[in-house]
Amino acid sequence: MQRRQFVQLCGAGLAAFWLPSLSFAAAATEQRFIFIIQRGAADGLNTVIPYADPDYQRLRGALAVQDINDTKLDSLFALHPSLVTAKALYQQQHALFVHAVASAYRERSHFDGQNVLESGGTRAYQLKDGWLNRLLGLLPPAQNEAIAFSPTIPLALRGNYQVDAYASAKLPQPSDDLLLRVSQLYQQDAQLHAAWESAMQVENMADKGMQGQNSQQPAALGKMVGDFLSRPDGPRIAMLETGGWDTHSAQNSRLSKQLSDLDTLLASLQTNLGSHWQQTLIIVATEFGRTAAANGTGGTDHGTGAAMLAFGGALPAITASNRSWPAGKVIADWPGLKDSQLYQGRDLQPTLALDKAITALVSAHYGLEPGKVARTLFPASS
Amino acid sequence: MMTDDALIIDQRFGLGARAAATTPSNSVSQALLDEFGRYQALPPLWQQYQQTLPSIEQEMQEMRMINQAGSPEDKLQLRRQMRNEARDNYTEAVQVRAQVAQQTDTPFVERLVHFWSNHFAISAQKSQVTQLAGLFELQAIRPFVLGTFKDMLFAVEKHPAMLIYLDQQQSRGPQSEAVQRQMRRQPDKKSGLNENLAREILELHTLGVRSGYSQQDVTEFARALTGWTVPGPKLTGETDARYPGFVFNERVHEPDVRQLLGKTYAQPGVQQAEAILTDLAAAPATATHVATKLACHFAGDQPPPTLINRLRDTYLQTGGQLPALYRVLMEAPECRVPTPVKFKTPWEWLISSVRALDIDLSHVRVSQVMTQLGQPIWKPGSPAGYDDVAESWLASNALLRRVEYAQRLASLTKLSMPPAVLANTVLRGRLSQETLQQVSRAESAHTGFALLLVSPEFLRR
Repeated sequence: MQRRQFVQLCGAGLAAFWLPSLSFAAAATEQRFIFIIQRGAADGLNTVIPYADPDYQRLRGALAVQDINDTKLDSLFALHPSLVTAKALYQQQHALFVHAVASAYRERSHFDGQNVLESGGTRAYQLKDGWLNRLLGLLPPAQNEAIAFSPTIPLALRGNYQVDAYASAKLPQPSDDLLLRVSQLYQQDAQLHAAWESAMQVENMADKGMQGQNSQQPAALGKMVGDFLSRPDGPRIAMLETGGWDTHSAQNSRLSKQLSDLDTLLASLQTNLGSHWQQTLIIVATEFGRTAAANGTGGTDHGTGAAMLAFGGALPAITASNRSWPAGKVIADWPGLKDSQLYQGRDLQPTLALDKAITALVSAHYGLEPGKVARTLFPASS
Repeated sequence: MMTDDALIIDQRFGLGARAAATTPSNSVSQALLDEFGRYQALPPLWQQYQQTLPSIEQEMQEMRMINQAGSPEDKLQLRRQMRNEARDNYTEAVQVRAQVAQQTDTPFVERLVHFWSNHFAISAQKSQVTQLAGLFELQAIRPFVLGTFKDMLFAVEKHPAMLIYLDQQQSRGPQSEAVQRQMRRQPDKKSGLNENLAREILELHTLGVRSGYSQQDVTEFARALTGWTVPGPKLTGETDARYPGFVFNERVHEPDVRQLLGKTYAQPGVQQAEAILTDLAAAPATATHVATKLACHFAGDQPPPTLINRLRDTYLQTGGQLPALYRVLMEAPECRVPTPVKFKTPWEWLISSVRALDIDLSHVRVSQVMTQLGQPIWKPGSPAGYDDVAESWLASNALLRRVEYAQRLASLTKLSMPPAVLANTVLRGRLSQETLQQVSRAESAHTGFALLLVSPEFLRR
C-alpha cells in the first residue's frame, strides 16, 4: 500500500481512482497481529474459571458458572461454556490463557485503566502515544501497516506512525467532482490532507460487498478483518474494539452474550484468514478485572486482576521459541481466592504483569529481541 | 460591528450561522447575555414531545408490570412492544433535539445544553434507558443550564435515566432492613451494594479522576446512596415533585453514619447522600474539573491555564453559579481568538450544516445519520460521554463519512442562492480564497454547497 498513491491517482485522472492498489507486498509469510481490546473491564474469573479453587463458589454464589463439565482446561481452570471455538483452539494448541494478570494500573477508573492499557505507560496520561503504534517502528516496512476497525483511531494505535481507520457505513458514494475538489481543498491543510489521503486509501481496499452489512455483527466483522489482512497489499496489524463488558448487573446473561460474540468473531477470523491463520497472533485484553465476590445486584464491580487471552496458528511457533509461554496451557501463578489472598480484600490479586505477557508473545512472534520490545512498548516499566 | 464578532458569536459560542444570517447589532457579550433572557427550557417542540408520553411514574410502573406479566408469551410480546415504543420515542427525541438546535434563537444556551448533557452522560444503549434518554435531557439538564451546578447535579443524579444507567436502582445496603429480612428468609440469595453510580459521580460528574478520593470513599458513598431508586410496583418510598421518577426507599438504605473524604455524615435517609452531593458540588476539585471542561469546549483542546484558573475562582466565589462561568467565557480573550480553535464534533457539524443550508429536517432521520457519522446521540460508549478534542473526531474514515453526507445534505437544500454567496454569509471573513474558488467552480450548485460544508473553515469553529 503506497501512501502517495492517492495523490498520484488524482493527477492521473479519476478513472483509476477506485482500482485496487497494484503494489503488492512480496511474501505470504508475513506475520499478522490482531489486538482486541475489551472495554469496560471484562470478568476474567468467569471467562477462565478457577472452578477448583475452593473459594470460587463461595464468592460468586449464583454468579458461579456451573456448566463446565465439557470445558475444563486443566485441574484448576475451565472455560466459560460460550467459548466453544476458543476451547477447540486450546485443544489444538492455538490458544493460551494468562490469568491473574494486570497492567501497572491499580485504581478502578475505566478510562484511566484503558489509557494505561493502550498507552503502555505505568500511569494514566504519562505517555501520549500507544504501544501498538510504537511496535510499528520495530517491524520491517512490509509488516508494519496497521488499521483500526473503528471510525476513529484508538489510543493504542495513535502515534508517530501513520495508521488507518475503517468502519463500513451505508451512504451514497460522493461524486468524482466532489472527491477531486475536496482533495484540492485539503492540500493546504496538513491535518485534513493526511486524514483524507488515508481515507481514500482504505476505502479503496474495502470489499464493496461488505458495505451493505453491519460490520458490528461479529461474524461480519471477522470476515471484514480477515479479508483486509489476507490481501497481498493489505495491512498486517489490526486493532478491534469491543464494548459491553462492564457487567455491574445481570452479569450471567450479559457475559454469556459478550463471550459468545467474541467466540463468533474468533471463528470468523480463523475462517476468513484462511492459510494466514498460521501466521496470526491475536491478543485479547481488558483494562482490569472485576471484584472476586458478586455484588448485590447480580453483577460484579470494578476490580484488579484479569485474564488475557491469546489465539492464533502462530502460537506453536511462539512456544517453540519461548518455552515459558506454552500454547494450549493456562499460565498463572494462582494467588488464590481466600479473603486474605485478595487484593485489598476484594479483587483477584495480580501476579503477572500484562506488559510482560504482551512483550513475550509479540517478541517471539516477530523474532525480536524481548528487551528491545519491552523498552519500546513499555518504556516506563522496563 | 466587526464581522469577526459575528463569527465568534455564531461559530465559537453558537451553533453556526443560518442562511439568512444578519449582522448582530450588539457586542459579543451583550448578544450572548441577551440569550439568557430569551432561553426556553421547554420550547414548544419539546412540550409536544412530552405530551405524547406517559408520565415518568407511569412509565416506570409499566416497565415493572411487564416484568411481572402473566404467561411467558404475554411477557415476550409486551416486552417487544415496549422495546419498539422505546426505540420510536428515542428516535423522536433525537429529531426534536435537532429541530430545536436548528431553529433556536438562543444557540449559545442550546450549545450549553448539549455540553452538560454530555458531561452527565447516560446511554440509551441500555434498553431500559432508551425510553428515558430524551426526558433526561428535558427534565434534568434543560431547566438547570442557567442555574447552579449543584441544582443540576441533584436533578441528574435523581433522574431515573441515570439511576438505571449506572445500576443505582438495584443497589441495597447490606445492613438495611430489606436485606437483613431477606437474609433471614433466603440466606442464599445475595443482595447488596453496587458501586457504579457512586464511582462515576466522583470520577466523572464532580471531583474528577485522580483528585484524591479512595476506594473506601467510593464504597462509603455507595452505602450512603442506597435507597436512591425508581418507583417499584407499589411505588413505595418518599417521592419528591421536583424530581419526577425518583423514589427514596428507606428499607434498602444502609443505616449508620458514613465517613468519606475526611468528613462524617450522620444525616438520616435521603439527606445523607444529599449532604455528600452538596459538599461535592462545593469542592475545589469539582470547580477545577468543570472549569477545565468548559475551557476546553470554548478555548481549544489545550485550554490556557489562565482561563481555567479564572473559571475555577469564579466557580468557588459564586458557589457554582453557571451564568457567572459563562460570563467569564464570553468575555475571555482566550475565547475570542479569530482563527478556529475547535474541530467540530459530528453533532456540531450536522447542526451547523442544517442551519447553513436551511434543510427541512423532516427529510433527515437524525438518529441514523448521527450513528453513521460516529456520534449516536445519548449513546456514548461510556459514562465519560463523548470526547471533546479533535484527535477523536478527525479520523480518516469519519471525515469521509462527512463528505458523503455533505453530498446528501446538499441534495436536500432548497436555497436558490449561488453557493459562493452562501459561503460568504456563513463564513464571513473566515472564508479562504481556496474554498471560495472550489465552491464557485464546482460542476453543480449541489457540489458547491457540499464543498462549503466540508471546507476546512466550516469543519472547525
